[in-house]
Order: sequence, then structure tokens, then C-alpha cells
Amino acid sequence: MQFSEAWLKSLVDPKLPTDQLGHLLTMAGLEVEALEPAAPAFTRVVVAEILSAEKHPNADRLQVCQVNVGEAAPLTIVCGAPNARAGLKTACALVGAQLPGDFQIKQAKVRNVESFGMLCSAKELGLSADAAGIMELPADAPVGVALRDWLDLDDHLITLKLTPNRGDCLSVLGIAREVAALTGTALEGVDCSAVAAQVADTYPVVIEHEAGCPRYVGRVIRGIDPKAASPAWMVRRLERSGLRAIHPVVDVTNYVLLELGQPMHGFDLARLRGPIRARLARSGDKLELLNGEVMEPAADALLIADDSGPLALAGIMGGVGSGVTEATVDVFLEAAHFTPDAIAGRARRHGLSTDSSHRFERGVDPELPRFAMQRATRLILEICGGQCGPLVESGPGTAAKAPVDFRPARARKILGFDLDDGAMLGILARLGMSIGTEGASVRVQAPSHRFDISREVDLIEEVARVHGYDAIPAIALRGDHAMLPAGEGARSVAEIKKLLVARGYQENITYSFTSEELDRDFRSQGEILPLLNPIASQMGVMRGSLLGGLVQSLRHNLNHGQERLRIFEAGRAFISAGAEDQPQRIAALAFGACRPEQWGEKARPVDFFDLRADLDAMLHPRAVEYRPAAHPSLHPGQSAEVWLDGAAIGWIGSLHPRLTQKYGFAKAPMLFEIDLQPLLEQGAPRYQGLARFPAVRRDLAVLVDAALSLGDIEAAVRDAKPALVADFACFDVYQGQGVEHGKKSLAFKMLLQHTEKTLTDSEIEAAVAGVLELLALRFNATLRG
Amino acid sequence: MNLDEILKEAEREFAAAGSLPVLDQVKARYLGKSGAITEQMKGLGALPPEERKAAGARINQVKDQVEALLKARRESLQAAELEKQLAAEFLDVTLPGRGEGMGGLHPVTRTLARIEQLFASIGFTVADGPEIETDFYNFTALNIPENHPARAMHDTFYLDGGNLLRTHTSPVQVHYMQKHQPPIRIIAPGRVYRCDSDVTHTPMFHQVEGLWVDESVSFADLKGVLADFMGRFFERDKLPVRFRPSFFPFTEPSAEMDIGCVICEGAGCRVCSHTGWLEVLGCGMVHPNVFGHVGIDGERYQGFAFGLGVERLAMLRYGVDDLRLFFENDARFLKQFA
Repeated sequence: MQFSEAWLKSLVDPKLPTDQLGHLLTMAGLEVEALEPAAPAFTRVVVAEILSAEKHPNADRLQVCQVNVGEAAPLTIVCGAPNARAGLKTACALVGAQLPGDFQIKQAKVRNVESFGMLCSAKELGLSADAAGIMELPADAPVGVALRDWLDLDDHLITLKLTPNRGDCLSVLGIAREVAALTGTALEGVDCSAVAAQVADTYPVVIEHEAGCPRYVGRVIRGIDPKAASPAWMVRRLERSGLRAIHPVVDVTNYVLLELGQPMHGFDLARLRGPIRARLARSGDKLELLNGEVMEPAADALLIADDSGPLALAGIMGGVGSGVTEATVDVFLEAAHFTPDAIAGRARRHGLSTDSSHRFERGVDPELPRFAMQRATRLILEICGGQCGPLVESGPGTAAKAPVDFRPARARKILGFDLDDGAMLGILARLGMSIGTEGASVRVQAPSHRFDISREVDLIEEVARVHGYDAIPAIALRGDHAMLPAGEGARSVAEIKKLLVARGYQENITYSFTSEELDRDFRSQGEILPLLNPIASQMGVMRGSLLGGLVQSLRHNLNHGQERLRIFEAGRAFISAGAEDQPQRIAALAFGACRPEQWGEKARPVDFFDLRADLDAMLHPRAVEYRPAAHPSLHPGQSAEVWLDGAAIGWIGSLHPRLTQKYGFAKAPMLFEIDLQPLLEQGAPRYQGLARFPAVRRDLAVLVDAALSLGDIEAAVRDAKPALVADFACFDVYQGQGVEHGKKSLAFKMLLQHTEKTLTDSEIEAAVAGVLELLALRFNATLRG
Repeated sequence: MNLDEILKEAEREFAAAGSLPVLDQVKARYLGKSGAITEQMKGLGALPPEERKAAGARINQVKDQVEALLKARRESLQAAELEKQLAAEFLDVTLPGRGEGMGGLHPVTRTLARIEQLFASIGFTVADGPEIETDFYNFTALNIPENHPARAMHDTFYLDGGNLLRTHTSPVQVHYMQKHQPPIRIIAPGRVYRCDSDVTHTPMFHQVEGLWVDESVSFADLKGVLADFMGRFFERDKLPVRFRPSFFPFTEPSAEMDIGCVICEGAGCRVCSHTGWLEVLGCGMVHPNVFGHVGIDGERYQGFAFGLGVERLAMLRYGVDDLRLFFENDARFLKQFA
């Protein structure tokens, strides 16, 4: 909402400097988005009349003018503008004038002719971009008067960023009411008194959809002067609100919209066929809007129509076929009330946003149409002449809002401050509320323009707002807090992240949406989840895995000079749209050399087991299992599913060669992706007694098929080993010389221990033999000689 | 050799011994089983009894002197050997350490951690919720009915089946209050999505929602807690703050919180559009309709909610001037926040 400060001050003048007025509005919740002067600063520019204009003796394109600036004698001024001519009223900067751009006017000789000032274009004064010639002022412009005064240029344009609940402030009068309440200044009324009918003509109106259009006020005005023009003061106010003058009738309806907040429409009476109907759209309805677009209104669109079809999208925009034109003589004026429910969302659906729809969506005072009609009638008769018929109201109208009970004590409790009852009720009264009592509570009736007030908390907010949020104390936090529960086994995502950081990983945050192609390459569960209105196709679907984003990040960074990357991301993957199907995960990628380039260590590329060590560290001390398994994005021979407590929690592996090639990597990046939730609770440690008797270590090396997985062997031994075997772990894997092709040698370390006594040699030998037998039986292992 | 000669000879021979093993050999020649001093001792028995005492004392005196000489020489040799070892073991300690380097956290994570830490210190716990939401949680339960103009302010991404990407973290309020009765004191950090992309908007960003509901949590508490938070976050003792009336359908009274510009200290700069103020957070008292949707008695309980943009705070805190950098994941940018 943009408007002129001078207009506002014509309705309420709190005698505040402009910046203080702006601050007052902002701190009352009417945020000032912009506050700028109506014209840049300049001095000593007056209305002048060119008395004569002669060709300059020494220059073809210059004229020497005699100019009346209201002083005893005319001034001689050299001017190059093509439109400088005798009789023209224009703007003249006198000697000593200061113009925008730090430009000072001095007496000067122009090609040997003395010039005592400058005739100005609108551009030179910063009033518009028009530099075609000097300003052309109307013939009645008073010579000698300061241009700033005559054009009212010491004004400011104020732009408010209004919140959707304050539809009542989408008018100069609405803002004036606020300023009056905030400052206790008197409000000047707008003359909305009845204009008596001069002719008996009326026009029939039928409301078929009373829920959407509970009130339709119409009036015929006959015989307006088609040549009439809107007065300068009105054009100026419209322009300072960002509207152009179009036609006096349209200008008046726009003016009333800005002044009172009531959208109106003017029809050319001669172009209407049969009664005006407020009805819902039907199939086959077509309407050419004022913006030239031909549209087919949706079934829930409220229309203003006549027998020939739709005339206007009610409350949004008029059609071209019925509006006033330069030929219009008889006018039918509309001031209707449309409910927000009937308008909201419709304009946006058709890509429209108009001053009218903006107001009706937020709500307009339901009692306003008749006042606006009187106001508009008076202005049209003043400007265009003509004779008005009687004002005709159709429709049942809107029931007055129920009064609201207000408990001052409740307001104090919600706001946390002491303001006495009288002060609060005083604030409500200043806002135009009528106050009565109902038993112990106060009963408040809001005026019809405060249609946003419907419950007690709305009144509490008004009290706080007008009293000032600044005046409410800020209370420091008080005691009586219970200690927060802190599970010792709980592990935060932050801890897990820090662990990866300590192992050289940089955190990334990538978009949760990706291209469908990338998602297909990395999603291993669920269906593609497309956005219906994506910003771009590369952000078209929700990611089913975090791996794709890391691969893209790798690509970006390789393109920007990195050669080695350790990155991770924590965030959600989207298996489906269900709330339980959006697991929090953590994924990591390692690419390039195993270690940063450094002295004293031989460089080698990162491999599966380097990444696995990082994952092991992240999962420590939980017992996890890596089961060989195939994942569509990972190398089938270099990938494992990660299991914890009997559930699969994620994957680790090297990128599938197909994808490594597709994404243009020289080597396969190593990747893992793990569900976070199972990692966040690991239990507190539990002490177990230390063995009092020494452990005995025995090593054994066995030959097994090369394809056998260590995990299977370890699991089998864990499940079936003799009780004395306290630990069983592989410390070497060997293939090559001395080992038959297709076999591998595994070396194990075994710790044997008894909790009650020292072991004898025979007990030790028996346990080792037991393990060997198990390995032979289950895995066809032979003791390596 | 008489005792004087022995002493003299020992002194000479000790000095000549160039290493500890040689010194030990030389020592044996004087103090060993058949060393010169030992032989002298053995010779005492041959002396007349009246001379033995004086001669014995004399021998012991020389023995002590020899031992002192030996000790001094041993220490000197040990010191020299240590010197040699130290010289041989010299390292260029300016060479860098070996092994893996350090990674780093994303600046948004740093900022979130800081926010969580500050609120944890006054008893707020962290709550969480889904990012693909339903219309009910994102709008309806937050008192934003269909066709409400406030919906137009949320450029929403939609999915099939009436689902959408949450446009704010406020739905977590609803999830949490459906499951918990007051007192409630939570923050809910997370990703949110708006269908908007330009120099100052990314289609995904982070918010932190806060909610405190109890029997008498008032607007004055809201002001106190949030003013305290902003001062602590920016580590300013007297950070100017102001609360302006605003509108959010799920709070009433609602406010926008501004802080004095932390870039120009209020003098006016590009970041604060020359106003001296920065809009950092929206907040207000939980609307009775929201309590109604989640089954909390809005007459008995009251409280405040707030929502803040994490990237905005991170930009102000670290002086980042381009929002889009946060999601490009360029290593050169990210490593600055390690």
C-alpha cells in the first residue's frame, strides 16, 4: 500500500516529522517498507509565463525568451527547448536556484546573450524522465508561486508492507484511523453523506449467490460530460499511490478505493443487457478481461454478468465489453461486498493480483459499500456533471459481528505486564470499539471495519500493539527449572559428525531434491517422489539416498581444483511421503589419495578398507556386521550391507564402475550411507570382572577357499567355539607364492582363558583342536604347514 | 708405586680413558680384586701393628680420592655421550605432522549447534519432524485455512497425494504438542523449503522453531528469552533489540524481532538497508486455535513460539555475503569454517 503523506495528513495530522510518523507506523505493526520524498530537493523554482520567444542571434537552436516570474520586470532567459513559446506556463529556476544533482543556476552569457535563469524540464527537476522539452503547466498556473508549493512537492511517498490481517488499513482512511488512535489526534471525516437522487432511474440487480455477495449497491448516473478531466489534486494523489489517471469515472472509483478501501466498478449503462447478476460461473462462460486476456472462469468463480454473459470477475477485474470509455454518457456504478471466501485464491489461480482482489481476499468493511457509493457519486457529479438516480441496495447484508468478552486480568497474564483496566479499555475505545459490561467481564463490540476482531486474544493483541511492544518489559528467565534428562547412552548427531570431522571429513549440505536421473542412479528403496512444481528439473524429485548429492559435490570440487576429497552429509532420505519413511541418515564419500599429500608416507589411493575403518570408528564400540550384498549403485564385489542388532542399517562400498564412468571419475569413490537413528542410543557401559588368571595366546594359520568371507568364519567360530576361547581374530590374510591358486591363508590369533584357574597344556591343545576341527568341518580349512 | 704415584697415575689414566668401557677397565686396575689400591690394602697386614692404623687411613684417603676422580670422569664421559646422542638424534621439527588432516563442520551446522547449545542451557530440548508434510500439519493445524492470504506468502512445493514440503519448522510444534502436555520447552531445527530461488533465496534453507508452553509464560518472557538469546548469540552485552507487531496465523500477539545491525552497529549500511536494524526472527504467543487443534487447554496453558532463519544468522555472524554459497559445497568455502 503506497500513499502520499500529505493525503494522510489531510485526514489526521499528528504534527509529527515524516520519519517519526514512519517509526510510529512501523512500531504499530504497519511496517514502513519505503519512505521517499515525492520530489528531490530543489530551491527557487517558480511558475513562470513565457511572454515572448525570439530566435537567438548567434545560435540556430536557441531562443531568447522574455519570462514573467511574477517580478516587476520580465527576465531574459536563453532556452534551447523546442517547445518554448510565447504564452506557455512553465517552470523557471531563478538565479541562485539549487537543482537536483548539485546543480546551481547562475547568471550566464549564452553565445553573447545574458541569461537570468533556466526554464526547466520535468527531468531536470527530478519529477519524471520527460526530457523532451520544458514543463508545460496548465494555463491557470499562478505565475510567481514556488513550484514546490503549487505542485505540493514537499510530500512523501510512504509504502507500507501490511500483514494479511490488516485489510482495514488498505486505505488512507484506515491508516488515518490508526494514526488517530495511536496519537490521540482528531480524525477528519470524509464526506460520505447522502447525495439525493436527481433522476428516478435505477438498474435491476439480481444476487444469485448471496453467500459470496451479500450486498450489492448500485446507482445510475446519467449525462456525464465525456470531455471532463480529473482534477490535478486527484491525479496527483492517484499518481503518488502508483496509479495513472485513465478516465474520470475510473479515476473516481480508484480514488475511493484508495481513500476508503472499497473497490468499485463503473459500467457503461448503454452496454448492459438485462439485469446485473452476481452468480457463479457456468460452463461455456467466457470473459475478456481489462488486461486483454480471454479467460474461462472456473466453476467456483463469482461473476458479475448480464444477459449477454460475464461482465467482470467479481471483486477481481472487470471485462473490456462493459466498462466506461471516452464515449460513455450514462454510468452504472457498483459498490459491492464480496466475502473473502468467494474471492480468495481465485485471482492467483488466474495469475492475477489486483488492488480489488488484494482487498477482498483480506476482507473489506461490509458496511462500506453505501458510504463509498455516496462518496463516489459526489465526486463524479463534481468532476463530470450529470444527474444521479437513487442509491439501490440489494442483498441481505452481513450480520454484525458478535461482541467479544474481554478479561483485563487475562490480558495482563498473557502479556506479562501491569496495565490497569482503565488504560486497556481506553485503548480499545480509541480504536473505535464500544465497551459495555457483562457480569464480571467487559463486552467489546468492534466497529464494522475491524472485521478481524473475533476473539479475546485479538483484543489483547490490540492492547499490546497500541500500548507499544516496547512498553512491555522483557523478563529475564526465572528459576524453578528441573534438570534435563541426559541418557548416558544417548549419542548426538553432533558427536557423530565431530568424529568424522576428526578423521578428515568435511561436512556438506546438499539440496534434498535432485534430478530424476540422479535419483534413479542412487535410490535403492521406494519409488521416485516427484515435486509437482519444481524450480527446475535438476531439482525435480526428492532424493532417495544421500549418495547422489555427495557424488555431485565431488564432481563440483574436482572441477574446482580439488584432487582428494573426504565429505559427508547428514540429512533425510525420502523412501516415501509417509512421516515414518523419511529416515535421517549419514553418508560419506572418500576419493583420491588415502592420506593428504605429505612427506614420509607413500601415496596410495583410498580403498574400501580405509573407508570401512572410518565407518568402524563411527560405529565404535557397537558390534556391527558387514554382509556381502549387492546395491544398485555400488560395485557388486566391493559392497556390504551393514547390520546392527539384527537389522540392516546401511551400505558401504565403492561406486559401481558403470556410475564411476558415467560421472567421469578416474577412480571409484568409496561411499557409505547409514541410518542415524539406530546409532543414537548405545547404552551405558557395564563393568565385567577382570580375569584373574593369565590368558594364553595361540596363533594358527589355515588355508581356505579364496571366495570364503572372513565374516562367515568369524561368525561360525563365535557361535560354536569352545568356552575357553575368549578371543578369536584374524591378523593376516595372504594369497600368492606358497599358497595354492584359489585358496587363501588366514592367520588367527586365539586367546584362551579360564575364569577360575590356570589352564593346563592339555586343555589348551584340546581347545585349539576344537577350533581347527570346526574350521575343517564347516569351511574345509586345512592347517597351513 | 707408592700411594702418591698411584693417585697420580690413576688421574692420568682416567683422563686418558675415552669411553665408559675403557674407563671400567682402567678402574679395575686400581679398585679391582688385584688393583693397585686393593694390593695396598692387602699389604697392611705385613706392617707392624702400630703403623697399620695410620697407613690404613692413608690408603683409604687415597682410595676415596681415586673413587672421586673415577666418578667425575664417568660423569664427564656420560655427559659427552649424551651430547653425541642428542646431536645424532636431531629432527627438523618444523616438518609437518603426518597422517590424516582435520575436516570441518558446515557453517549452518556450526550455527545450529550454537543455537541448540544456548537454548539447551535454559532447558530446551531438541524435537524433530518430517520434511514431507501434510497440509494439516503445515497449514491447517497452524490456523492457516485453505485460501488464507498467508498461504500465498509460503511458496509451497507440492507432491502427489496432497503432500507438500514443509515451508517452516512450525509443524514440529503440532507434532510435539499432540504427544506431550505442558510444560513444553523445545526447539526444532531443520530444513524447510520454499518455491523461490534468486540471489537472496534458495529453495531449501534452515529454520529453528522454538516453543515454550506452561501455565504463565507471557509475552514479557518471550521478550526476555529472545533478547537474551540474540545478545548471547552475537556475544554482545548490549545488543539493541526491538519487537514490532506483526502477523502470523499461529501466534497472537505476533511480533517481528529486530536487532541493531551487527555489521554497522546501527550507523546504517547495505546489509540493514540503512535502517540500522536487522529483522531476524518472527515470534508470538501461541494462538488458541493451535492449542485447540492439538488438544491442549488454552485457558490453563499459554506460551510463545518463534522461528528464525539459520542461514541469515550464519551470514551475519560470519560475514558471508552470498546465501547460495551454503549449498554449493565448495571445499574452498567450507574449509573456512573448520
